[in-house]
Amino acid sequence: MEITQEALRKMFATMVTIRNFELRAFTEVGQRSLRGALHLSVGQEAVPTGVCAHLTDADYLASTHRGHGHCIAKGVDVRGMMAEILQRATGTNKGKGGSMHIADMTKGMLGANGVVGSSVPLAVGAAMAARQRGSDQVAVAFFGDGAINQGVVHESMNLAAIWKLPVIFVCENNQYAESTPVEYATPIPDLAERARGYNIPGVVVDGMDVFAVYDAAGAAIGRARAGLGPTLLECKTYRYYGHAAFDNPKNYRTTEEEDAWKARDVIAGFRERAVAEGLLDAAELDALEAEAAQLIEDSVRFADESPEPDLSELLTDVYLDTPTNALARTAHL
Amino acid sequence: MTQTAERLLSYRDAINEALRQEMERNPDIVLLGEDIAGAAGRRDQGFVDAWGGPFRTTQNLIQQFGEDRVRDTPISEAAFIGAAIGAAAAGMRTVAELMYMDFVGVCFDQLLNNAAKMRYMYGGNVQLPFTMLTRIGAGVGSAAQHSESLYALMAHIPGLKGVVPSDAYTAKGLLTAAMRSNDPVIVFEHKLLYGLQSHVPEEPYELEIGKARTVREGSDVTLVGISRMTQVCLEAADALAAEGIDAEVVDLLSVFPIDYDHIADSVRKTHRMVVVDEDTPTCSVAADIAATVGEEAFDYLDAPIMRVQAPHTPVPYARNLELAYIPDATRVANTVRQQLGA
Repeated sequence: MEITQEALRKMFATMVTIRNFELRAFTEVGQRSLRGALHLSVGQEAVPTGVCAHLTDADYLASTHRGHGHCIAKGVDVRGMMAEILQRATGTNKGKGGSMHIADMTKGMLGANGVVGSSVPLAVGAAMAARQRGSDQVAVAFFGDGAINQGVVHESMNLAAIWKLPVIFVCENNQYAESTPVEYATPIPDLAERARGYNIPGVVVDGMDVFAVYDAAGAAIGRARAGLGPTLLECKTYRYYGHAAFDNPKNYRTTEEEDAWKARDVIAGFRERAVAEGLLDAAELDALEAEAAQLIEDSVRFADESPEPDLSELLTDVYLDTPTNALARTAHL
Repeated sequence: MTQTAERLLSYRDAINEALRQEMERNPDIVLLGEDIAGAAGRRDQGFVDAWGGPFRTTQNLIQQFGEDRVRDTPISEAAFIGAAIGAAAAGMRTVAELMYMDFVGVCFDQLLNNAAKMRYMYGGNVQLPFTMLTRIGAGVGSAAQHSESLYALMAHIPGLKGVVPSDAYTAKGLLTAAMRSNDPVIVFEHKLLYGLQSHVPEEPYELEIGKARTVREGSDVTLVGISRMTQVCLEAADALAAEGIDAEVVDLLSVFPIDYDHIADSVRKTHRMVVVDEDTPTCSVAADIAATVGEEAFDYLDAPIMRVQAPHTPVPYARNLELAYIPDATRVANTVRQQLGA
């Protein structure tokens, strides 16, 4: 699949923004001793980047607890995301959701989700809405190798298949569900095989290669837009850090294994190939990296300059129109 | 006009009419559920609307609105209820039917973690015009997995609303309000009420979610009924009237928000209250009403608040056991007599 220079620049910028954002958020949360889970997707940046390169704001995306990359690749404002994680009123969710629930309907971002597999049917519903409207919008459901064994994921693939809905099921197989290795939890070598039970295409993709993800996602999204129904993409990838901030992956995997995956790092690999093939020059890549670093710097400053949520926010947004006295009658606030 | 206002309609037909009129009014509404039409995909063989819903509440809708708006689903509650929530977030208005309340276990996560929490977690950055229809109630010999009245399970979850229509008039008005709401609303239909007729206006109308109504005025005791128990309370009030006891009957209509003010106002007048609830007693809506009214109207009470509920057991199968399970007018009247020391 051909890629324009502009698309290449954008993909590189997206990958470095995701990585910088996550590492900086991790540092900031630690330095401020904030409570709250932070699930890093460092190492996996090629997957949301290659998939979302084919999407517009009108398309939908349902995400996971490891969702920063999905949000950034879908165009959610990085300043709002940082403010959200740092518990500010100016956050994407007004400071009421945090890292695990970042959402932005104006970008078709249906939300990160803290329950494994739970967001997948939301994408199916969004695709149904698109089809009902007669539009060519698509919906992408990201989930991990842990979610592939959740019933709701299978129900969702079946539903999308019988209704030929424009859904792209993207399984980010990062090899671990918390500390449980994928080969323990699943009796097949390729999770993409599960697609056969729903008579939809199942494609194994090298998730450490943004060009491969771009190609596979382009084909799947093209199929979906043309009304040919869903596809399951299994992107084999790797998370460099633990499940969340608190666990040490050295307790369940070898350094050799980590080094082998890191040797195929998505950002370093992109840079090498882009320069070698004359797609982009090194100076251009350096400039994009500097820009991303500045964006992250700005996002932290934006969060720092923003107030905490007002205490009245405790009782807002539960319902659209229910008076707060119905919510706190016995709270004695 | 007088004629239409006095038209009698069954609870079942009132639900059907509310769905039809609202779907006519609003092309964004899509209905999903298992066998809500039936014989899905077999129009070319001449089979359409083979089922019409397990209790015929959705009959004749597919002929008028087509397969895209009346979607029969596979038996995949988690997926289609989740999809209904996702479609609502993406700008549609969805009505999904969970065939029986007891089946909620297979899709609970979608209600608990998505429908209920998305608006709050997202800081108000989403609208969820999603209605779930489901069925409650013992009395049809269906035993423990098709008979429970677990609305308290849903009322407990911030972010969900629940309505419990007690007759055809309230069924149409509350379901219409639910379909026009931009919050998730669960409509609990009672299986034993489907045949009950009452006066139902032909034109669409809404009853405000969160408002109770007084269905019988009285001065000696307030009976609070939930869903079919309102009918039981009216029956008990008739029996008590013959003994000179004047009972007021309040029809709760919403299990969230609960109209405490309406109930407390009634109690300030009657000074006594009995709450009648077919749901099991522990952490129930009746317990909640008793606690809140006890806190807010204590000085007006002449007797302890009492409850008449199902026992803390699953619903039994044998007819004699099932009848013993369901609160009836005799139990309600006896409780009032006990409260009055009569």
